[in-house]
Amino acid sequence: MKLTPAQSERIAKTMIWAAALLVIGLLLFIMVYILVKGLPVLSLQFLTDIPRSMGRAGGIASTIVGTFMVTALAIAIVIPFGIGTAFYLAEYTKGNIVTRIIRFSAESLAGIPSIVYGLFGFIFFVIYLGLGWSIISGGLTLAFMILPTVIRTSEEAILAVPHIYREVSFSLSATKWQTISKVVFPSALLGIVNGVLLSVGRCVAETAAVILTAGSSYGMPTSVFSPTRTMAVHFYLLASEGISMENAYGTAALLIVLILLINVVANAFVNRFIAKGR
Amino acid sequence: MAEKKLVPNQSIKLRTRSLNLYYGAFHALGDITMDIYDRSITAIIGPSGCGKSTLLRVFNRMNDLIPSVRVEGEVLLDDLSVYGKNADVVSLRKKVGMVFQRPNVFPKNIYDNIAIGPKKHGIKRLSQLDEIVERSLAQVALWDEVKDDLKKPGLELTPGQQQRLCIARAIAVEPEVILMDESCSALDPESTMKIEELMFSLMERYAIIIVTHNMEQALRVSDMAAFLMIGQDRIGQLVEYGPTIGMFSTPKDKRTEDYITGRFG
Repeated sequence: MKLTPAQSERIAKTMIWAAALLVIGLLLFIMVYILVKGLPVLSLQFLTDIPRSMGRAGGIASTIVGTFMVTALAIAIVIPFGIGTAFYLAEYTKGNIVTRIIRFSAESLAGIPSIVYGLFGFIFFVIYLGLGWSIISGGLTLAFMILPTVIRTSEEAILAVPHIYREVSFSLSATKWQTISKVVFPSALLGIVNGVLLSVGRCVAETAAVILTAGSSYGMPTSVFSPTRTMAVHFYLLASEGISMENAYGTAALLIVLILLINVVANAFVNRFIAKGR
Repeated sequence: MAEKKLVPNQSIKLRTRSLNLYYGAFHALGDITMDIYDRSITAIIGPSGCGKSTLLRVFNRMNDLIPSVRVEGEVLLDDLSVYGKNADVVSLRKKVGMVFQRPNVFPKNIYDNIAIGPKKHGIKRLSQLDEIVERSLAQVALWDEVKDDLKKPGLELTPGQQQRLCIARAIAVEPEVILMDESCSALDPESTMKIEELMFSLMERYAIIIVTHNMEQALRVSDMAAFLMIGQDRIGQLVEYGPTIGMFSTPKDKRTEDYITGRFG
């Protein structure tokens, strides 16, 4: 049987639509499922109380604080190093041996499973540096884990800035630094922020690397040297040890809501930055 | 249309002496010696790939952005050596502004597109910046069109307006020379006409050098014309340089005649 061009066109279109619908459908299904199961669990008491009797009762306040602290620390560490490296690679070198080594290292790092980062963090930060199971060990480990992503996405965002903008900037007698800070950086910001957001998501969702470096004690952390249990670790333990599926769904639902919130806020921030035009 | 001068009686703004330019091993410009007059329009014409843009970019050292470029010979802006040991590229580019082929406004609003240059040079006072923005936009006859929405993104202007915005951006840093690299080739005839009128008004204050593929344009706007061509040795060379009217009415070189009468290129 031979297909006419119109027929093959229709079939291709149908298949592409079906694939897209399937993906969107699956995504919506997962989100709705978790939200339906989890949202009823969320109450003021659940959000403000710390877990009790292994998480069977009480709330998840300390895991929310722990998640925020570990993630914030990782992002704060990774932003200067990751974005700095990306600018170095994209603007200051022209493919020499150093660039190749940095790129190769970053790519290799990106392919390592997170549990290996966890093990490294455990041996290096927890044991060798004596930081113990703590927010700082967890944050540092996660920073290592997301560094390659931040470098890669930032570099792509920087390279996507049209070359002519740099030429125009130089022709207006800007120095290299002025060109990078006033022209390239603002134009690349949206892509850079998106890359960082992707990493925020990964930090928030990480279990293996965090459980080995930040521990799993669910008391309220008092400083970056306290051990902590992040939300992802909390519901992993609740679910895998059959402690309370109900509370696991509640935690997961909050996690989804938080990630949506972070995305909305970051987008609003970036749009405002762009609208301001500086 | 402005009155054509056979030979500009202005002083000389830029000189090149035995200028040679290499891209790595490739000899792109050979032995170019020419004087460019102040407060006049000089057109660089010639077939594609003969080095017109390369020559233009010698004057503000934009070729420096390409790592393998080497320049020999002398280029003087007034009496300052452009490529000399003590030459400062940043202050050179403040004196020699550039307008590119396509309108390339920054994704910022109109005001910031113009203020970006002066800000880099340390002008911070808002009243002063406001004044520069207004003066620059007025010089390119854009002020009346945009004065009420200076906060509008520059990219929402028409291409012709965008190109005038780019010119305003270039003159906001108060250059002495303006380089225009085929600055009308992406525009419709009406916008082209506006830019050409603009060149005439800018000529009162600046030395303007344009690269153009459009012979009519070269004839319409320029006082002096330089014809570049790739020679037998594959090197771009200056075949003929002189007052435009003279070159177009009685070209001295056969190759110039063939080119401007449209027999090749």
